[in-house]
Amino acid sequence: MPANSESHSLLQVRNLSCQRDGRRLFAGLSFTLPASGALQIEGANGAGKTTLLRTLIGSAGDYDGQILWDGRPFPASLPQFRESLLYIGHRAGVRGGLTPLENLAWYGANRSAAMQALEQVDLFGFEDSLCQNLSAGQNRRVALARLFLPDAPSLWILDEPLAALDVAGVAALQGQMAVHLSRGGAMVFTSHQPVALAGLQGIQLADFAVDELAESAGGEHVFG
Amino acid sequence: MSSAESLSMAGRNHGGPSLAALLRVELLLALRKRADIANPLLFFVTVLALLPLGVGPEPDLLARLAPGMIWVMALLATLLSQESLFRSDFEDGSLEQQALSSQPLYFAVLIKAAVHWLVTGLPLALLSPMLGLMLNLPAAGYFCLLVSLLLGTASMSLIGAVGAALTVALRRPGLLLALIVMPLYVPVLIFGTGAVQAAIDGYVFGPQLAILAALLAAAAALAPLAAAGAIRISLDN
Amino acid sequence: MAWQWFHRLGSPRWFYQKTGAWLPWLALASVILLTVGSVWGLGFAPQDAKQGNSYRIIYIHVPASFLALAGYYIMAISGAIGLIWKMKLSFAVMRAAAPIGAVLTVIALFTGAVWGKPTWGTYWVWDARITSMLILLFLYIGVIALARAFSREQVADKACALLALVGTVNIPIIYKSVDWWFTLHQPATIKLTQSSSIDPSMFYPLLTMIIGFYCMYAWSLIAHTRTLVLQREWRTQWVQQELSGMETQGKGGK
Repeated sequence: MPANSESHSLLQVRNLSCQRDGRRLFAGLSFTLPASGALQIEGANGAGKTTLLRTLIGSAGDYDGQILWDGRPFPASLPQFRESLLYIGHRAGVRGGLTPLENLAWYGANRSAAMQALEQVDLFGFEDSLCQNLSAGQNRRVALARLFLPDAPSLWILDEPLAALDVAGVAALQGQMAVHLSRGGAMVFTSHQPVALAGLQGIQLADFAVDELAESAGGEHVFG
Repeated sequence: MSSAESLSMAGRNHGGPSLAALLRVELLLALRKRADIANPLLFFVTVLALLPLGVGPEPDLLARLAPGMIWVMALLATLLSQESLFRSDFEDGSLEQQALSSQPLYFAVLIKAAVHWLVTGLPLALLSPMLGLMLNLPAAGYFCLLVSLLLGTASMSLIGAVGAALTVALRRPGLLLALIVMPLYVPVLIFGTGAVQAAIDGYVFGPQLAILAALLAAAAALAPLAAAGAIRISLDN
Repeated sequence: MAWQWFHRLGSPRWFYQKTGAWLPWLALASVILLTVGSVWGLGFAPQDAKQGNSYRIIYIHVPASFLALAGYYIMAISGAIGLIWKMKLSFAVMRAAAPIGAVLTVIALFTGAVWGKPTWGTYWVWDARITSMLILLFLYIGVIALARAFSREQVADKACALLALVGTVNIPIIYKSVDWWFTLHQPATIKLTQSSSIDPSMFYPLLTMIIGFYCMYAWSLIAHTRTLVLQREWRTQWVQQELSGMETQGKGGK
């Protein structure tokens, strides 16, 4: 790999293997995510998609291999990494006791930007209802509205962003993803559905699965 | 100005909201769940009102029991309300988002514990003179009861936050939380009741209150650290 | 290099294979020491001038109390090593230390109560040391209950380690406060022993018992940790080999 292409990469993963409860989910995973790059992670339930995302955001400690942000390895680069990270997990990060508008304000949006973002996720008119009174799908869209804020961070890591969205919602989100890429942003996401994005890389976690019986080195793992 | 606007003025960047915004959101959330504020207070008053029914209405006996009973019930009321400290934030994922923000979790925990105290410990302490009156607490004890409860419940809010953070990923942590937190409350309880008893008996109670304040300072410095660590452990579940 | 040694010591496999040879020796040492100590202490040591024969319970009570408290620190320190260096073995040690320490605390409480009957005329007295022991038992129970509540061992390990550390910070404060509380509520005359010097003829059997208890503690901690290591590493090849080795040995012995 030529040196200058590495310097352009935002997120780089080398020979990553993750385990959960002493069982290795996958091993030998490597990829490079450049600016304007998008990566879709696919795999069956339990293949370790969420574990991979949680490892990428630096929240799961049990991994082997290297993760580099901007050419610098974790965990030294974690603070800078988190400055440019927008993560939406399985749990949306929307507080039921706040309104959609207040939730977006919590994430640093001003009122007009938040209103526009809510309009784009089709929540116009709900901005002042408490989120605990909205449906699960609507709550999901409040979380996704963060992606429509004008000063959204540059790296998006999204766990099943398309789940629980209707056709119009999927189209709007895909449009926003394309806009983000065109602005030089990057993203990693999991999805069961095909996503239409130019330059989208894909990773099948099944290709990196570990055969447990052949795998015997585990006994020498001192550090969990 | 709407609350949303006032929030956003304080919290501008992606790094996470400022401390002022954190405090405002926590207060806003606490005030919107009024039932959660009222329940510990009602528990406190109800159980203490039952005490004379259990041990008899004899004024001397009640006066002897009053400092200890009021303190123990304040402890239980604090403990019972502690379970929900991080629960909704954990379940809706905002705790995870806070753990990812560049704002240290330490402050988030400190502010949560402070707001918990504002809506639980502070009203409990303010109610305590009334209960002292009902339980025939000698006059010399009131001031000390109030001050000791103000200091002690704040320590308990902080210590309980560690237990709440350790058990937040569990489905029904209620009794387990009590089990792991109660032994840690022992020094606060001892010096709290000790101070009130000393005041009633006419001795100096300043040293005990000073120790309670020292315990509070230590808890404020260390408990949020432990709780922040516990939150990261719980999030990795 | 020190780091390499540390690394090897932390390997569950290395630990399992090395410590297997230590167990019989530790067991032998503790049986001998405890037998000698108890016969000596119960049979040959002189009577106490004030308490007569009832004082002899200290030959169990004192070592058990020592180890109950030391066990909490052993548990917390292993937990801390696990949290800091993510060493799997030290979490296993921590988890093994919890029930052993709790049992020792119960023994200390029970013998304290037995001692209390002839001494104070009642089985339970809210004496400073007994009360502190009771709170120590609650601290142990908290750690054990927390460990059981989690379905994932790795999360349970970290949570327990953190709780044990919090407990460690609190133990001195709890002890001091209980001490203060006791002096407040009890006349000082009840304070027994401790300050009074102990005669060598009573002390040497006690020392023997303490060392014997330490050996027994080490034996049970290692044995329990070995079981936990096998449980946790059962997927790995070396455990499978160990287990099949045990089976063939068992067959060969018949």
